[in-house]
Amino acid sequence: MLEYFLRFIAGGIAVSAFAALGDALRPKSFAGLFGAAPSIALATLVITLSKDGAGYAAVEGRSMIMGAVGLASYSWVVCLLLKKFMVTSRAATLSAIVVWFAVALGASAALFGAS
Amino acid sequence: MIVWLNPSALRDIRWYEYVVRFALGGAMTVIAGFIASRFGPVIGGLFLAFPAIFPASATLIEKHERERKEKAGLSGARRGKEAAALDAAGAVLGSLGLAAFAIVIWLLTEQSASLALVLATAAWIAVAVFAWLVRQWL
Repeated sequence: MLEYFLRFIAGGIAVSAFAALGDALRPKSFAGLFGAAPSIALATLVITLSKDGAGYAAVEGRSMIMGAVGLASYSWVVCLLLKKFMVTSRAATLSAIVVWFAVALGASAALFGAS
Repeated sequence: MIVWLNPSALRDIRWYEYVVRFALGGAMTVIAGFIASRFGPVIGGLFLAFPAIFPASATLIEKHERERKEKAGLSGARRGKEAAALDAAGAVLGSLGLAAFAIVIWLLTEQSASLALVLATAAWIAVAVFAWLVRQWL
């Protein structure tokens, strides 16, 4: 329970810090880089390293590459939905989640199998 | 194009918006940890790059931009969506940096964990900024 509480605090602080930096930076296209900041990854990996060791964290890092490819695809689809189809941000960002799942899980299954 | 810091922009963010981000970030970190413990590091690692906070951020950007335009007596609906689209385009480039972060963690963590975290963060910002600069030149 304490571990999950620490994860919550660490994740909240990391996400808020990167998001605040993104809010304050201009131009907006540059600030957008912080929409893909490694906030959850940093908070998680620090705890994972102390609990499960470096080997476990390395495997998570290898999988995270596919997660990042999924995030790039997701962000591109969101951009397309907003610019070309003029849907609301809420509709674009929530509907495009299926793209992240398809790309991240698909690439992971293709490269790493079910392991 | 020059990059600059505008701290006064933080005053436009309402207190509850900070709370929502903190809660979403914390919740997603808990969920990522739970998924890793339940399904193992291969599936768990994917969720270290899950767009958990992105929907809330993009919605806020659209809302703030629309309100700014409407305050000036203009229709801000289109401008709000364009601002959110620009943020998403930036996130595509930031994702390349995130992939670089993950590669460094994968390759260096077992040699030195603390050094890997520092170098991975440096790789994220270096690759993301380089991709952004290339995008500006094209």
